[in-house]
Amino acid sequence: MAQRIDVKDLNVYYSAFKAVEGVSMSVDPRTVTAFIGPSGCGKSTFLRTLNRMHEVIPGGRVEGSVQLNGRDLYGKDVDPVAVRRTVGMVFQRPNPFPTMSIFDNVAAGMRLNGEKNKKVLQERVEKSLRGANLWNEVKDRLAKPGAGLSGGQQQRLCIARAIAVQPQVLLMDEPCSALDPISTMAIEDLINELKTEFTIVIVTHNMQQAARVSDRTAFFNLAATGKPGKLIEINDTDKIFSNPAEKATEDYISGRFG
Amino acid sequence: MSTLTQDTVSPAPASPIDKPNTMRAVKDKLATVAVYTAFLIAVIPLVWILYTVISKGAGALLNPEWWTNSQRGITARTVGGGAYHAIIGTLIQAAITAVIAVPIGVFTAIYLVEYGRGKLARAVSFMVDILTGVPSIVAALFIYTLWVTTFGFERVAFAVCLALVLLMIPVVVRSTEEMLKLVPNELREASYALGVPKWKTIMKVVLPTAFSGIVTGVLLGLARVMGETAPLLILGPPSKAINMNPFEGFMAALPTMINGERDQVVQAAYDRYWGAALTLIILVMALNIAGRLISRFNKVSR
Ligand SMILES: Nc1ncnc2c1ncn2[C@@H]1O[C@H](COP(=O)(O)OP(=O)(O)OP(=O)(O)O)[C@@H](O)[C@H]1O
Ligand SMILES: [Mg+2]
Repeated sequence: MAQRIDVKDLNVYYSAFKAVEGVSMSVDPRTVTAFIGPSGCGKSTFLRTLNRMHEVIPGGRVEGSVQLNGRDLYGKDVDPVAVRRTVGMVFQRPNPFPTMSIFDNVAAGMRLNGEKNKKVLQERVEKSLRGANLWNEVKDRLAKPGAGLSGGQQQRLCIARAIAVQPQVLLMDEPCSALDPISTMAIEDLINELKTEFTIVIVTHNMQQAARVSDRTAFFNLAATGKPGKLIEINDTDKIFSNPAEKATEDYISGRFG
Repeated sequence: MSTLTQDTVSPAPASPIDKPNTMRAVKDKLATVAVYTAFLIAVIPLVWILYTVISKGAGALLNPEWWTNSQRGITARTVGGGAYHAIIGTLIQAAITAVIAVPIGVFTAIYLVEYGRGKLARAVSFMVDILTGVPSIVAALFIYTLWVTTFGFERVAFAVCLALVLLMIPVVVRSTEEMLKLVPNELREASYALGVPKWKTIMKVVLPTAFSGIVTGVLLGLARVMGETAPLLILGPPSKAINMNPFEGFMAALPTMINGERDQVVQAAYDRYWGAALTLIILVMALNIAGRLISRFNKVSR
């Protein structure tokens, strides 16, 4: 089910401002790829082009191609809504729907996509919550509001919500940056388990986290503020952290960078 | 961390913290006094009006007939009769107005916040601003020209409602807009990322999140519109009998009942118009309070 991603010569714009330039990379199915790089180098921007969330922002547009198992996501007849069903996303700040209960939050994606069968919903909600390692903590209060959980629980709820629609790729933008070390560990463990089913791309500022969870690491950088961000190198995580090809990468991961 | 401890160990000589600033204390006092004075000045007329209306109008309301009977067959000099015809008239007109104005207003706000870009959105927003500034008498005369002069219809309650709709739409648009803007963008994005189309996101995520705020805005707008008198004077002459048909005959309303009885300088009519005034205040207050309660119990929780 998990699918591969091939990006070729991608430029990403906010109106006239070119935020990301000339990115080409491939992501294998059932791997975790981490994006690292200094703030503002376009990691989030690039990540959001992988499920066509970038164009939600007024003025957001893309040049180049992103292929999912060989199919161009930006092709003429491709429906962005369908793309987002295939490529799910977890955001930096946990954002459960405030008007919905825990159950409804996880079921939201299925319900809003037309699934009405109670039994299917129940089974999938349980499976997703188990998948997100949250089931035991919330199984007795599924009808309580999702906003009443702790930050770490909310983030796992959002992961459950994202995997409940059964995507093939899961994008995560700094999913642990608002969490304490214990919740972070829980989510990292979870990523390791999810990897058997999904292709995962994760943005992180935490080098140790990148080293711990990812198979491959991509380093992004930008020449100066106002200049577009670029992919400097992508390689196996071990290589990047032990013996990077580029000097900029080495400077960045060894902390010799601004 | 280390610099912080140092600071506390060796006290800085002549720190600005030690020096009392008398000028600032005086200014603070002055500002406090000014704020309280302004508050009192604003409250005095309010309390005065409430006191006057309650003391003069409560008598009429205590009579159970007030809530059940109309003024049919009761002359100015006769004591008695009720305000049922006017209360029901005001409520019916308010309901019709809301049924027309709320969807238009809410959909306009949705357009402006969720879809509106460029020239058309700016034009719509500008029109709403203009509509906000239209005096009620102008709205009434506009509908009169349309309804009576152009189409040649009779003056009926429904025409009054149309004028009220013009006055209510901008209130609903502006308050709904504010509430929709309060819904965090992250929720919309979370929904899109689940593969939910935009219109469904608006219906099932954005509107429910903003719901209580929208209801509050609608109730406040309705409360305002219920007291409007100009459209009633121009399009809906007063009636003393119960008429629940908005398309035929004249329908009573509280503002016109107040105005009608005011012309008669006898005690019976005097009691009635104060009673009608108090009734209108109670209705409007009830809507206001309901609006605030709903907004308190069910906020956009973040
Ligand atoms: N909505 C937007 N409109 C215009 N420019 C934007 C917008 N969002 C981001 N940018 C710009 O795009 C560039 C890349 O931003 P992006 O958020 O992708 O960086 P990032 O690598 O994710 O940074 P961080 O690590 O701080 O999250 C920055 O120069 C930023 O100012
Ligand atoms: Mg980012």
